[in-house]
Amino acid sequence: MSNTHADTVLYVRDTMLPQSEPPASTIGPAGWAKQNLFSGWLNTLLTVVSAAFVVFLLYRLLPWFISPTWGSDSLSSCRALFEEIGRDHEGACWGVIRDRWQQLLFGFYPAELYWRPILSLILLMVALAPVLFVGKVPAKMLIFSVIYPFMLPWLLWGGTVWMPIAVIAGFGVGYLVFKLVAKVGPGGLAAIVATLATVLWWLFLTAPVAYGLASVLPLALEPVASRQFGGFMLSVTIGVVAIACSLPIGIVLALGRRSDLPLVKWLCVGFIEFIRGVPLITLLFVASVLLNIFLPPGTNFDIILRVMIMTTLFASAYMAEVIRGGLAALPKGQYEGADSLGLDYWQAQRLIIMPQALKISIPGIVSTFIGVFKDTTLVSIIGLLDPLGLANAIRADTDWNGIYWELFLFIGAVFFIFCFSMSRYSMYLERKLQTGHR
Amino acid sequence: MTTLTDPPAESFKLSMLVYDTRYRSITFQIVALVAFLTLVGWLANNTIQNLADLGKEPSFAFMTDPAGYDINQRLIEYSSQSTHLRAAFVGLLNTLLVAVLGCATATVVGVIVGVLRLSGNWLIARLMTVYVEMFRNVPVLMWIVLAMAILIETLPAPSAFRGDDPAATMKVFDSVAFTNRGVYIPEPLFSRGLGDISVFGAFGISLDLIAILLVLGVSIFISKRIGKKADATQEATGIRPRTWHLRTAVIILPTALLLLLLGFHFGYPALKGFNFQGGTHLRNSLIALWLALSLYTAAFIAENVRAGILAVSSGQTEAAAALGLRPKRIMSLVVLPQAMRVIIPPLISQYLNLTKNSSLAIAVGYMDITGTLMGITLNQTGRELETVLLGMLIYLLISLSISAVMNWYNNRVKLVER
Repeated sequence: MSNTHADTVLYVRDTMLPQSEPPASTIGPAGWAKQNLFSGWLNTLLTVVSAAFVVFLLYRLLPWFISPTWGSDSLSSCRALFEEIGRDHEGACWGVIRDRWQQLLFGFYPAELYWRPILSLILLMVALAPVLFVGKVPAKMLIFSVIYPFMLPWLLWGGTVWMPIAVIAGFGVGYLVFKLVAKVGPGGLAAIVATLATVLWWLFLTAPVAYGLASVLPLALEPVASRQFGGFMLSVTIGVVAIACSLPIGIVLALGRRSDLPLVKWLCVGFIEFIRGVPLITLLFVASVLLNIFLPPGTNFDIILRVMIMTTLFASAYMAEVIRGGLAALPKGQYEGADSLGLDYWQAQRLIIMPQALKISIPGIVSTFIGVFKDTTLVSIIGLLDPLGLANAIRADTDWNGIYWELFLFIGAVFFIFCFSMSRYSMYLERKLQTGHR
Repeated sequence: MTTLTDPPAESFKLSMLVYDTRYRSITFQIVALVAFLTLVGWLANNTIQNLADLGKEPSFAFMTDPAGYDINQRLIEYSSQSTHLRAAFVGLLNTLLVAVLGCATATVVGVIVGVLRLSGNWLIARLMTVYVEMFRNVPVLMWIVLAMAILIETLPAPSAFRGDDPAATMKVFDSVAFTNRGVYIPEPLFSRGLGDISVFGAFGISLDLIAILLVLGVSIFISKRIGKKADATQEATGIRPRTWHLRTAVIILPTALLLLLLGFHFGYPALKGFNFQGGTHLRNSLIALWLALSLYTAAFIAENVRAGILAVSSGQTEAAAALGLRPKRIMSLVVLPQAMRVIIPPLISQYLNLTKNSSLAIAVGYMDITGTLMGITLNQTGRELETVLLGMLIYLLISLSISAVMNWYNNRVKLVER
């Protein structure tokens, strides 16, 4: 065969040609541009149009953006400055950000107490670390994560330190009662009695104990009223409280929705679908005008707390769906394995199911948090001073009457930084978790 | 000889209610029911007592009282003498209007952006990513307020259109005016119109519109029949007859003829006095809400579309290519039908979100159901319990109907597994 080939073909190369460089049009920036920007007439057209669009946008916006108005203290002084330096176009008036950035971040929180919300935020990061970076921080730090929800209200609202301690003591009371009753009676009874004891402690004994201890040893922070809360601090507080409180409620609802007991199941489905079916703003209306009607006569607590309750209910319905997704994603073998080990329902949930299901759900929980955090701007409609509400308040000031874009840009940028970094984190987590399961 | 005996007859003990699995579930459910009823009863009791203290009695009688306020954006006849019920209905129609407009726009924008994000063109893909991330990560309320501010602050006042050398001119052949009071567009008019038909004596629907829709529907039906016939011919002979010109004619000609018969023409807006007269006035509140909601939702839809297309495994595309299909047909016959199954359910929940977010209309003064029933009606009558509960019920009904559509679709396209 090869012989016939050699006979019929006149010339056969017996050495390799030296490798030549790839054509200049396929390598380097030119090659990259050809491949990614100008491959075919349609792509070229798209590239040119979008490049023109970007250039046009920058041409219109950059001169507005670069504006030496950081020092001015009112819109009229900005305009005077433009006339002075002879600018014919309008520029941004950045003085409003310098003048009011503290207000946009903290509302009317007393300036000398800014360290408290800042410390709360830092401690929030610390408390979240063991949840967010599983395996990279010591698990013992979870203890702090558990204590943090009780510290947060104390740090922000101030008052006596004994209040959060007395609330935590409620759990201790419950545990003690459980141990005592479990010695003489069945476990189920003990659990019920312990829960009752805890609730009774919270309802009737927490306040007297806290005030009693406070009169003996007054360890207190200066109290700050709710109406002084505002800005991003308010958004973050409502968001964090809503998510933290909605997590346990969401777990219960999700378990209820998957329960075999038809009545429990339908109660949970009804609650979840009702909350998910109405807009948050209607729930906020409930918080602002109806909640006091539903509670015993004479009950009157402040609007931020009412908003937090309704936001928590709102978030817990969404959280329940996220966790239900996590439960559904677990292989059936996990449930059967737990059953075959002889674990009862709650043991199986606690030791086998929940640790895995919650881990799968973390990205969904983070997205829920982003959603709730963005939705906290709705409280401006019922008159709270979240960043958007504050923007209106700042505009009502004669100094800054008529200022729009600078405030929107600042608020939008802060929201973007918060939400974008959280969504990136959630994507990172999704990738990390996916390798473990597939 | 048998040693089998009946199991000893157990005497029922109280502890079996908790420990015996036969009774436990019933016990738990009864406990849950009692707890739930106690909670509801407690809330109801508080409510009744509180309302009695305030001197109010729950009643919906106020709904038939004259509302006493004006609604500038309305789809049906309404005046300040109309009832609160009618005001709420006007609001409901406004909610549905902005929801439908928003969903349509968001779908178009979202699909385009989602596909372009997967484009091989580096610049386009980056731009679309910037768009998606920018809109997704900033609250929708801010976009709505921002859109409103842009419309009011940057567009010229109607007075700018006056004079011999006006500062602003009408666009699109002098037929559309963009002003800071809203956009004026030509309105369709019929010189030999058929008039309105009254529904339940409550509001009128234009007979012209019904006639046009009817004719269009029949035309589309006939066009489909022609298409089916062509399919049959193709099945039988292998040759597809050319039908597109016939089908186009069947759809366009009858409608055009009807429009001609009805004397269809446009009414153009014109500057009279301090404002534009004639034409259809799209108010800023509607446009701002529509624009912001659709652009915001489109960013989410784009992500759903992208995820749906990526979810079709490359093996499908390769297999189709191996069968000899061309890229266009691969897209339409193999990738899209499979991607649709992934895209549609989240798409419908985005529609649901958009409808719920339309309640933010109150921030820009668009009179939707939140603005009328749960806004001015609430403030004027002081009936917070009735109005808010009724409003929630209406939103719940809208949401449940959208969910029902989603479930119907999911069941229809569900993969049938053996």
